[in-house]
Amino acid sequence: MKLFKIFFLLAVILNSFTISFAEKNDQLTIKISKNLRCVICQGQSIYDSQSEFAVSMKLLIKKKIEEGLSEKEIYEFLIDKYGEWIVYDTGFNRNTFILWALPVLLFFLGGAIILKKLVFRKV
Amino acid sequence: MKNKILIILLIFFLSFCFFVLFKSLQGSSIYVPEKEEGRQVSEFISEDLFTKKKITSSEIFQSSDYYILNIWASWCAPCREEHPQLMELSKNPSIKLIGLNYKDDPKKAKNFLKKLGNPFSVTITDKSGIVSIEFGGYGIPETFLINKDKKIIKTFIGNLTDDSVNQINSIVK
Repeated sequence: MKLFKIFFLLAVILNSFTISFAEKNDQLTIKISKNLRCVICQGQSIYDSQSEFAVSMKLLIKKKIEEGLSEKEIYEFLIDKYGEWIVYDTGFNRNTFILWALPVLLFFLGGAIILKKLVFRKV
Repeated sequence: MKNKILIILLIFFLSFCFFVLFKSLQGSSIYVPEKEEGRQVSEFISEDLFTKKKITSSEIFQSSDYYILNIWASWCAPCREEHPQLMELSKNPSIKLIGLNYKDDPKKAKNFLKKLGNPFSVTITDKSGIVSIEFGGYGIPETFLINKDKKIIKTFIGNLTDDSVNQINSIVK
């Protein structure tokens, strides 16, 4: 009876580990598919789209996660196949640095103009 | 004077905005993925349509100078249209033709090849659509010209035409 209890407890623990692992994978699949554009239904993410392409893409993401690829590696794999356009959130690189740097530059420029006006007004 | 400069700047800015919007309206809003030449073919495992045996990419891509991988399905009308072009390409001894049967009923796929002729040396199946994505497939039909180093040297999105056949033959010679 004692042995049975130990086995039962072990089975429950193992099961909960498996479930939490599967849940984690599902959540990562959702996260990645929300950041990918559908090539067929342009304007929709892979997560939202029900096209054949999007359905296959979701399966591929799941397969890659199960193979042990990280989120970054999956993006790199897909960018290699479809170009930077496939991801909504593009990384900081030589093609996108203006996109990321311009708002910061404009913010500082605007701040400098306001500061200059305020200082001049005081003088 | 200050007002005049402001008005000129405003006119300049508005004309610039008009020009940008006008230009963007003229272009197509549908994006076609970039296809960098020299992209390496990913390793994959698939199943032979006829023998139903597992087959790996390294088994498929061997013993030829050039390979053509064509994504097709029996339910796809443009695939039927491009079939004569594939039959023409199959006559070239330097090219090995590989068919990737996309999300299809095996019975219908076999009937399709029986009726129209089989240009492929190997026909593999892609029931889930994963293999096509691993290839960087965009739609169906789609054709990839691959060299002996397993690098994609040309991609044709949509059905093949006589012009595409000439392009392939001029590369392969």
